[in-house]
Amino acid sequence: MLNKIYDWVDERLDITPIWRDIADHEVPEHVNPAHHFSAFIYCFGGLTFFITVIQILSGMFLTMYYTPDIENAWRSVYYLQNEVAFGEIVRGMHHWGASLVIVMMFLHTLRVFFTGSYKKPRELNWMVGVMIFVVMLGLGFTGYLLPWDMKALFATKVGIEIAASVPFIGEWIKILLAGDSTILGAQTLTRFFAIHVFFLPAALLGLLAAHFIMIRRQGISGPL
Amino acid sequence: MSNTRVSRRQFLNYTLMGVGGFMASGMLMPMIRFAVDPVLEAGAAGDYIPTSQKVSELTEEPVRVDFTYDQVDGWYESEVTGTAWVYKEGDKVVALSPVCKHLGCTVNWGGDSAHPNQFFCPCHAGRYEKNGQNVPGTPPIGPLDEFDVKIEDDLLYLGATKPNTLI
Repeated sequence: MLNKIYDWVDERLDITPIWRDIADHEVPEHVNPAHHFSAFIYCFGGLTFFITVIQILSGMFLTMYYTPDIENAWRSVYYLQNEVAFGEIVRGMHHWGASLVIVMMFLHTLRVFFTGSYKKPRELNWMVGVMIFVVMLGLGFTGYLLPWDMKALFATKVGIEIAASVPFIGEWIKILLAGDSTILGAQTLTRFFAIHVFFLPAALLGLLAAHFIMIRRQGISGPL
Repeated sequence: MSNTRVSRRQFLNYTLMGVGGFMASGMLMPMIRFAVDPVLEAGAAGDYIPTSQKVSELTEEPVRVDFTYDQVDGWYESEVTGTAWVYKEGDKVVALSPVCKHLGCTVNWGGDSAHPNQFFCPCHAGRYEKNGQNVPGTPPIGPLDEFDVKIEDDLLYLGATKPNTLI
């Protein structure tokens, strides 16, 4: 049945080469944990992506209940966590995944650094990776405010003060982030929500695409 | 034992797809259950809501009775206002829902000057007789719903709506 559907589509669109390009590629012995167990360090990039997928999925589901409004944000989070079936699990996935994705990304960065994989011809991929790192930290920072509890509020106050300490343009960055020159409130929350669910994920998907296209084009770096 | 041999490739395909499917469903099941929760939630039993309408003042002419009650909508609690059209049929008190059975607009008694003794829906000119019976040839496909009614100390109490029992 599935084969017949596949053949039907393939006959018309010739999708096999596309599929082959995505799925068929060299996995050299030195990155295969089945050959050398220590090669598990090459899994951190894939694990980062896997957790990113979980983050995107669980985040999409969380927005079914979450409200980015200072009156209702905390209450909607309380409601979805305590009243909705599996709310604790779905929010837990997003909460713990957020920390884990940064841990995995950091380990991936260390692996790339210590295997020297950033060297020519892969400098551009390293730069894109650094941008992904920045976007991920931005996602963590903006997401931290959304539950609108005390910890979120004061962590964001501190974060915005740090941003405000940038020479010359600090004050502008602060107002741009908070949406107001003095208040951290309603406009900050909607801004952070928009940045967290639209702007940064869009940037992230573009950067990830570039990251993956480059690694496929250049192949995995050689053994040490 | 069957004679068809499972090739190494097939075996790996099956096991990897099985394990992968198990992991994917473990990830997706909580999220989907989370999303469909409103569908599976048990409906709350309707309490009788007091109105300020004195039953002794009711006549055979339908009057509009507004009532307010607390509504819990997820994390948001508010006081909302509902409406019923109430009249006396002999000793019996009848309370009809104003929700049109065509597409859910709100009907008014005598809302159409050409038909002063009918309920009228302004959205698509649906009409109903006094007992809620929809007038054939107008858009509604059924009669107006009816409230459960309770009387205490001459005051009218309204319960849940149910399909019209007068027809």
